[in-house]
Order: sequence, then structure tokens, then C-alpha cells
Amino acid sequence: MAHDAPLLISLYRQMVMIRQFEERVKFLFLEGIMPGTIHQYQGQEAVAVGVCSALDPGDVITSTHRPHGHAIARGLSVESMMHELFGKATGCCHGKGGSMHLGDLEQGMLPAIAIVGGGVPIATGIALAFQMRREPQVAVCFMGDGATNEGAFHEAVNMGAIWSLPVVYVIENNRYSASTPICQTAKVPHLSDRACAYGIPGVTVDGNDLLAVREAAQTALARARGGEGPTLLEGMTYRLTGHSRRDPCAYQPEEERRRAQEQEPIGRFGAWLLAEDVADQPALDAVRAEVDAEIEAAVQSASAAPDPAPQDALNDVFA
Amino acid sequence: MAHITIAEALRDGLREEMARDDRVFCIGEDIGIPGGWGGAFTVTLGLEKDFRERIIDTPISEAGFFGVALGAAVMGLRPVADVQYSDFLFCAMDQVVNQIATLRYMSGGKVTVPLVMRAPVGATGRGAQHARNPEAIFYGIPGLKIVCPATAYDAKGLLKAAIREDNPVLIFEHKLLYGSKGARAESGNIDASSEVPAEDYIVPIGSGIVRREGSDVTIIGTLLMMHRALLAAERLAAEGISAEVIDPRSLVPFDWPLVEASAQKTGRAVIVEEGPRTGGIGGELAATLSERLVDYLLAPVARVASPDIPVPFAPPMEDFYRPTVERIMEAARVVVNG
Repeated sequence: MAHDAPLLISLYRQMVMIRQFEERVKFLFLEGIMPGTIHQYQGQEAVAVGVCSALDPGDVITSTHRPHGHAIARGLSVESMMHELFGKATGCCHGKGGSMHLGDLEQGMLPAIAIVGGGVPIATGIALAFQMRREPQVAVCFMGDGATNEGAFHEAVNMGAIWSLPVVYVIENNRYSASTPICQTAKVPHLSDRACAYGIPGVTVDGNDLLAVREAAQTALARARGGEGPTLLEGMTYRLTGHSRRDPCAYQPEEERRRAQEQEPIGRFGAWLLAEDVADQPALDAVRAEVDAEIEAAVQSASAAPDPAPQDALNDVFA
Repeated sequence: MAHITIAEALRDGLREEMARDDRVFCIGEDIGIPGGWGGAFTVTLGLEKDFRERIIDTPISEAGFFGVALGAAVMGLRPVADVQYSDFLFCAMDQVVNQIATLRYMSGGKVTVPLVMRAPVGATGRGAQHARNPEAIFYGIPGLKIVCPATAYDAKGLLKAAIREDNPVLIFEHKLLYGSKGARAESGNIDASSEVPAEDYIVPIGSGIVRREGSDVTIIGTLLMMHRALLAAERLAAEGISAEVIDPRSLVPFDWPLVEASAQKTGRAVIVEEGPRTGGIGGELAATLSERLVDYLLAPVARVASPDIPVPFAPPMEDFYRPTVERIMEAARVVVNG
């Protein structure tokens, strides 16, 4: 089968964009140039890109305290994101959201919900709106493994199931709820096993295999769009950076980290592109250079943008 | 004009708004089960016959369905989320406080949350967990509008205004004022029925009303406390004290011009609330009145509230807990006579 080279390279580009964005932000943060705190996405890129690349225009995603990857994959501009991270009025949330609340509903991403599990009911309600209006759109709820231990998860997935709502619940299982290993907090071998409690399909895929994630997402989205209800889709992945800020990840065993580095999604997908003759090394290098230039332009533009007027904090409470 | 109860007025308001705007829907527990009660206090009774797809019965999942309502609201629908007792709002606290009240702000004003939440309040012989008056807790959460209708006219008008509002609105309704009938009738019910016009109207959110004019003292209260304040004012008149009674009707936004003008005129204020005194609404209102009217007040602002205890069960203890007409009268006598 002939490969769709432009598509595959665009997916590669998105993953590289997420990785390079996060690395640049980490540097800015550690240098003290960027305010706030950050929760980063290095290593999990294939989940966001695999799922979001299967969406239609008009579909809506909800995200978490770790939203940068979802935002890039959903098509927010790195410029509007970088401005937001710098706390500028020109950011995607006018400086009122910051890292943990990145989003833009017009782009198909609700501002991210940073309370673990809090977005699961909201995504379910977005799906209810699609169903009530008989629109063909789907809501996608990204959550971490830890969210599946929240009561809101149980209440919301159950409602999505009983009403056959057009929603896909995506668990990004990076194996740690902050520092606590998921094997200490869940008895089931796969978190997708919890789907049986709601009478919906549960699927676990290699979340570092971009095309496997994309294919599983396409199946789940088609099912949701066809009126058959939700899927609980789990992608097994790994966070290659700290939970937040300066976390040195001392709780991650060294051998586990080494294996995770070998399995990380961008290297794997890049090697596959080369092996399949979809792209050559200069082409992949060019992608990286383009991405770096775009990110650097965003950093320059965001750091040069004026700060918001402090008293603008009083606006936007009510419509 | 029809003379109807609050439960009937709310039901009529929901029916009219759902007929007017197909984005409006109700979501909650036991609200549209054929053979059921129409919610805990009959407000949605029978609406499922006319609006089967827009009366959504949920599992017992308050955190879940408040979040579902929020998700539908941000997509442009206009949900009315119905909680059986305001005490159950605490099960949904993350959604109400962290999400519903905050999402528009976090989005930089780009997301709109047209969401109505209805919650029955008041101690009614059910012990501590179906009894609370939690208004003050939500009063301290920026991003929520709060209304408290004490009459059928206001209930319908405020509900309609809330449904047409592009912000989250909490409606606190008092169990003893509903006038619910049949199996869901409350003992100790107070008549809050009133004439309600047949034509469409709203009561603007943020507008209070003078319920009785007077010159010696301003008594401020909502819901059941407004009715008790009116009774207190009648009896005080027999003692020669002329009390003005103000029903703010909305807590957020608050009709400061109305309350200030009255307190400026009388020089004295008594604030009555059914919730506990500490951290109550009375403290905030009293402080603000003291700041703004320092040149007019003839006596310290008085508060009448419940003691700082959970709501007790035994009827004599419950009666002791909630401010009585006599306690309101005594507070008025103290500020007037010193």
C-alpha cells in the first residue's frame, strides 16, 4: 500500500513541534524567564497527535493540567500558546488561563481543566449537546491514568454510556499519578478494563505508536459518530520529564526510564518513515529546523508583547 | 392573572421558556419519571409529557450531571440543573466552584456559561443533611449569580431571567415556600403564592424590592426570612415601631442602591438570615453598610441568624435553631430603642 507521505510527515511534524515546544518552554522556565508552573508532555506526543489527527472540524476536545501537546495537536498556534504561557493579553486566554488552562473553543479545544477528572463530566456534556442538536460531532476527553480513580470519572463515563453519547474517553497512561505508580492505585491490569463496568468497549493500545493510536481513535470516533456511544481508549505511554516544575523523577526506576527512552514515539516514528522510504533524513532534519524557527519566533513575539494591565484582572468574570 | 404557588410558578416558567427556546432543557434526578414526583418538590411534574427529550433524568451523580450541564452550556444550550436538596450541591462542588464559576474567566471571556442551577434550602424536619441554607458559601464564590425568590411572582420572573442570562445563576428555593402538593407537601408550609400575570415577564436579576415601607428600621431578609420579617414588622407596628422590610431577591448582584437608600432613611438595619451567623451573608452586608453609611447609622447594624451548629432534627430544637419572628422583633427593638 502506498503511503500518504504528506499526511505522515505532517503528523511527524506535529509530534516534533510538541517536543521542541516543551523543551524550549522547560528551558525558559528553568531560566526563570517564564512565570508560573508547567506540566509537560515530552514522551506522550503520539497520543495527542494520533487522536487529534483523526478528528473532524467541529469536534471538541477537553484537556488536563498537562495540555500543551493537546493544544498543538488540535491546531492552536504556538504563538497564541506561547503568549499565554508568558501571561500576555495576546495569549489564547488573554493571560487569564496560563499553562494549565490553555485552550480555544473556536479551535475545538475547551480551555483545559486542571482539576484531575474534572473534565470528564464536561466532555460528556459537550457530547450531550451534539446529540441533542443531532450534530455529527464528537467530544474527546483526554485524561491521565490518575483521573480514572476520581469519582467524577465514574459518574461521567456511566452517563456517556447510558445515553450512548458521541464521546471518546482517552486515558493517557503514563504510569504515574504525579509520583505514585498506577499499579499502587489500580488493581486492574489495564485501565481500559474499567469499561466493562459501563457496558462500553475498552481498548488498550501502545500509546507510543502513532499509527496504532490513530487507528484506534478512528475506530472509536466512527463508533461515537455512528450513534453507538463511547469508547474507553487507553494509550500506554511514558512521561520523559518531571510531573511539574523541577521534578527530577527520582521515583522512576533507571532501567524503566532507559527502556522508555528507547520506546519514545518520535524516534520510533522517524525511523519508520525512513525505513518505509516516506522521507529521508534531510527531510526530517528540515522539519525539525522549521519547527524550531517557528517556536523561536513565538518566543520572541511573546516576550516582546506588553504585559496586560493589572486592572484587566477585574474583567471577564461575567458575560 | 392567576393565583398560584411557587412550585406552580416555577413549573409554568420552565414550560414557557422551553416552549420559547429549544435550547433550554432540564437535567436532574427524578425530574421526569412517569409516575414519579417531578423532582423532590414537584416543580417539573408533568413537563416530560410535553418535552420528553428535554427533561433528562440522571443517575444519582451530582458531580457528573453538573459537569454535563456545564459542557452542554458552553456549546450553546441552556440547561437548568435541578438538585433535590441544596445539601447535595456539595457533591458537585468541584464542578460548581472550580469549573462553572471559573471557566469563562479562565478563557479570557471567550467561553459563555448560560447555566441555571436550582437548589431547595431550609430546615424541614429532616436532620442535618437535607436542611442547610448554604447561600453564604456560594455568595463567596466569584462568578456565580445568586437569586432567592420569596413569592410565586418573583420565582417565575427570576427563573425566566436566569434562563435568559448568559452567566451561571444559582436559584435557592425554600422548601416551606414551594406550596408543593400531594405526597410532596411540606408540613409547616408558609403561603408564598401570589398573583402571576398570564403574559411574559421577568424580574431582573439584581433588583430588590421594598415589601413594606417604614421609617424607624430597615429589616433585610430573603426567602422564608422575608416572610418572617414581614410578620415581625406587622407586630412591631403595634408597638409603635415602623419597620421597612426589604427583600433583596438577588444576593449576587446585590441591590445596594435600594438597601442603602432605605438604611440611610431609617438609620438602622437588621439583617435576617437562616444560615449560621459565622461567615454568613449578614456579616458582609453589615460591614458594607457600616462602611458606606457611617454618617447615617444611628445604631450598629444587627444580625439575626442561626447559631453555629449543624441543623438539629427534633422539632423544638429546629424551631430554636432558625430565626423566629420574635427574635427579629427583639433585634429591631434593640436597634431602635437602644
